[in-house]
Amino acid sequence: MTPAGFDKRQIINDNTAKSITRVEELGYELSVDEVMTHEIQTFDVDMQMHQVLEIARNLRISGAPVTKNGKLVGIISMEDLIRSLYANNIEAPVTEYMTSNLITVRSTDPVVEALKVFVSTGVGRLPVLDNDGNLVGILTKGDVSRGLLKALQHDYANEELRKYRASHLFEDIESDRSSLILRYNIKQGDFTNGGAASSNIKKALLRLGATPQLARRCSIAVYEAEMNLIIHTTNGGVIRVEIEPHVISIRVVDDGPGIEDIDQALKPGFSTASEKVRELGFGAGMGLVNISRCVDEMIIKPSLENGTLLKMRIYLDKAKIGGKE
Amino acid sequence: MNLEQIIKELDLTLLTRPKHFAGITPSNGYASDLLSCVMAGAGENGIWVTLQAHGNIVAVAALIGVAAVIITEDAQPDEATIAKANEEGITLLSTPSPTFHIVGKLWEMGIKAA
Repeated sequence: MTPAGFDKRQIINDNTAKSITRVEELGYELSVDEVMTHEIQTFDVDMQMHQVLEIARNLRISGAPVTKNGKLVGIISMEDLIRSLYANNIEAPVTEYMTSNLITVRSTDPVVEALKVFVSTGVGRLPVLDNDGNLVGILTKGDVSRGLLKALQHDYANEELRKYRASHLFEDIESDRSSLILRYNIKQGDFTNGGAASSNIKKALLRLGATPQLARRCSIAVYEAEMNLIIHTTNGGVIRVEIEPHVISIRVVDDGPGIEDIDQALKPGFSTASEKVRELGFGAGMGLVNISRCVDEMIIKPSLENGTLLKMRIYLDKAKIGGKE
Repeated sequence: MNLEQIIKELDLTLLTRPKHFAGITPSNGYASDLLSCVMAGAGENGIWVTLQAHGNIVAVAALIGVAAVIITEDAQPDEATIAKANEEGITLLSTPSPTFHIVGKLWEMGIKAA
């Protein structure tokens, strides 16, 4: 349990921060109090070793803290018990065998502090003190693992809940007609971000409860439209996706230069892409063909400003979205 | 045939972060350098063989959900492309061999068309 992020010497910059796992984050978020064992067996400082042995045997424990009026004064481990047995000295007071040089953690410390102590000292259990120095619990590595797993499970449940909420959006919000509109501004020549809009739409649809097939059809259609804006337009354009329980309507508009011959543009293999763009693997002349295969309706026409308007629809009567059949 | 065996058998260089490749079994394959064709033809959880190495292959691979991309003839994606692939969970593999050679080997190993 010593991931790189826990090392004090390492400076965490933006780059390493990216690789900090959720478990490491939780190490900082959770406090010792949240993962420790609260109900603990203790031995009284006035006990003799044979009493300690008796309790340890009955309760099947291998050690416990020693207290005086609720304050921690020592700790007895399996090793201490064995030493007293070996010396045939079980009438001795517990104070003779306990460890009184104590390593403790505070209940308010983050779990990561306790982990550092486990690692640097090699001890198996740490007494936990509150801010007034009272013994309030005990912490083992097992407690830490269980606590982290429980917190991760909680995270997971929250994510499931978010997904559930999104996928029931259209059921939970009542109106005569509900729709969700996503808009993406696409820049001309921005190959670096090519595919970002379609990727985001795919994720949004999956979150809304769409089937992977539907999300794929929709994202392929949007990808081709997105690349067309990047490759062929003067100033880029806008993709608007409207999601309703029964239909997804996609509208892509740009302001030029416009398609000279729309019939020809619809023919498989026809492309006006430049040589440079073709070298990148675009301009196969399959964009609009792919779109028409993925959507139920496609209309392409000149827009008002010498540009092009592309409208697509995917019907969801069979596919499932928003929790509705 | 799982991805770990494929990487070993074809002596592929892993460009992205390692994954549990023994647990990934690609179900099909596709080869093309034209992205729109890949969009139309490549299958989910398949292997895509191409000599394109620029950033957009990651977008295409992620949208289709391919198991891995094999980049042939030693074409080298830049760092931004590899970072993007890691972000999207796409595995990029590289080889000096030409596409035809890799596809032939894959077919012999039982990876057939989508």
